[in-house]
Amino acid sequence: MTNPRTLYTKIWDDHVVEQRDDGTALMWIDRHLIHEVTTPQAFEGLRLAGRTLHRPDLTLAVPDHNVPTDHRFEPIADPQSALQVETLTANCAEFGVEMIELNAAAQGIVHVIGPEQGFTLPGTTLVCGDSHTATHGALGSLAFGIGTTEVEHVFATQTLLLKQSSSMEVRVTGSLGYSISAKDVALAIVGALGTAGGTGSVIEYTGDVIAALSIEGRMTVCNMAIEAGARAGLVAPDAKAFEYLRGRPRSPAGAEWDAAVAYWRTLPSDAGATYDRVVTIDGSAIAPLVTWGTSPEDVVAITGVVPSPDSFADASKRLAAAKSLDYMGLAPGTRLEDVVVENIFIGSCTNSRIEDLRAAAAVARGRHVASGIRQALVVPGSGLVKLQAEAEGLDRIFIEAGFDWRAPGCSMCLGMNPDKVPAGERCASTSNRNFVGRQGPGSRTHLLSPAMAVAAAVTGRLTDVRELMA
Amino acid sequence: MTPFHTVTGIAVPFGAANVDTDVIIPSRFLKTVTRSGLGASAFDVIRSDPGNIFDTPRNSGAPILIAGDNFGCGSSREHAPWALADMGFRVVIAPSFADIFSGNAYKNGLVLVELPQEQIDRLMSVAADADITVDLENQVVTTEYQDRFAFAVDPFRKAALLSGQDEIGLTLTMAPAIERYETRIADERPWLAGAAARRF
Repeated sequence: MTNPRTLYTKIWDDHVVEQRDDGTALMWIDRHLIHEVTTPQAFEGLRLAGRTLHRPDLTLAVPDHNVPTDHRFEPIADPQSALQVETLTANCAEFGVEMIELNAAAQGIVHVIGPEQGFTLPGTTLVCGDSHTATHGALGSLAFGIGTTEVEHVFATQTLLLKQSSSMEVRVTGSLGYSISAKDVALAIVGALGTAGGTGSVIEYTGDVIAALSIEGRMTVCNMAIEAGARAGLVAPDAKAFEYLRGRPRSPAGAEWDAAVAYWRTLPSDAGATYDRVVTIDGSAIAPLVTWGTSPEDVVAITGVVPSPDSFADASKRLAAAKSLDYMGLAPGTRLEDVVVENIFIGSCTNSRIEDLRAAAAVARGRHVASGIRQALVVPGSGLVKLQAEAEGLDRIFIEAGFDWRAPGCSMCLGMNPDKVPAGERCASTSNRNFVGRQGPGSRTHLLSPAMAVAAAVTGRLTDVRELMA
Repeated sequence: MTPFHTVTGIAVPFGAANVDTDVIIPSRFLKTVTRSGLGASAFDVIRSDPGNIFDTPRNSGAPILIAGDNFGCGSSREHAPWALADMGFRVVIAPSFADIFSGNAYKNGLVLVELPQEQIDRLMSVAADADITVDLENQVVTTEYQDRFAFAVDPFRKAALLSGQDEIGLTLTMAPAIERYETRIADERPWLAGAAARRF
């Protein structure tokens, strides 16, 4: 009788190419997603060393980070961005890598297109030169972000030298209240663990709340595993995951599909498997959350107030909170609902899938963006999400409500393409990071869910969507 | 990668905790297609202040950086260690480091030294007027005031840093094992191959 194993250990065990005496293992990588920003130096490295790309059939490229989300059929105006996209195109041609072109219908954010294309599969190891790669864990893929040197290593060998991480179970019990979304769950988890709480760990999300989430919702939760410092986030693959993947463009077909599903059914953690650490969160108690500071752990219920730096026990936290509030232009004790915003961003690898747009449109329907809002962007995660939303008439709802309906890309999440938040202005944003300058120099970010972002758009201030919809 | 043995020099007593990769190198500077030249844009927000700690005549070009907890959190961008290396840093000393940053740093020959906060505090005060020595071979940080702080380092990473070896070259020596694995999974999990091509 073998010992009970976790989902993480099962995937790990099935990917060990060679266990080494120094505690590291050479691990096989099943899937490699690449984009324009973190790969040019890796291709350059291959070229300089005269090496080939070992398994182009397991590598899929898409430009997303610095692409403009409007005027898409004109050349990219920023010469450096244009050079990165051109470099990706040339490198993919040279090394035989399949690339989804900028204006192809399937183009989108790398973490949206992987699952959407059926490229992401349960029980695989998947890497990408981007920390939000954990998103793919929603389908039971051990997925994590890597640096450019590791990208080059995967190019050359389809492996990585890794050390097994510790395991953590994050159990979200109960059921979510009215208007509470996967984003609120993700923020609640980061708030509970802190940005370093998961360091060195792979998180498996379990419990009734996670089981009840759609695959899209699970992606939102796994996406922010890195915001708690974790290497990866995982959800056990179940019937929902199989249904999600069936018939997708790059999913297995026919007899291979049946064999794959049979294997996937063996993956969930065994009864009696243990984790190095278990954290339980009461899902029924989660309120709509927003961030007040410059770290994703700075979460507070929309019904709450901006905390005082003095309320933190730890001296370095007190200092960090004071600096955050200074940067954010907020005073302790301010009600979150009194915070006026000028920019709205609905998009990013956290919240740009069809379900997110449906949740946003449900609030936007019949309402209008407030007069003080300077920019209100809705940026679908992929061209296919955009087409689906348009088929459902969601684009009309957004446009009639005064939102700007854009083409897919990372957009205003990270301030490296034309979509930016001006210095000193606030943004109610469905993205994943509220770091200093993240959405542009001097930008002030409040992270929240798609429904909450629309609520902020229509009132011009952070707003409890439950009251708006009541 | 340049082999690393011992570095003695000025340490910048920065000390901040939770320094994320957007602070180290804001994303708008990631539009390069080469590894060099990012030092000028490193810590851009902090360095826009003329009196900042990095650009004083004493600290400019220093080889050692002292920081607070959870240094390098956030994105996977390897531009962060590239930018630090391009500024001249060869060592960062902090109570803890974020995972992905830690892997990226070591792959670029940037040595990360974890020490308890009270030893960090001591080095912060010493750094104002004395050099600090980081000896990787003996895993110890010393000062001319007889401070001697031992630190732990992963043996695999230590060997690679000391020799400056290329990890890809090392892995390619394991090519027969890789080939055996590929043959086995082509049989056991045949649906995994050819993934990038459309099937439907």
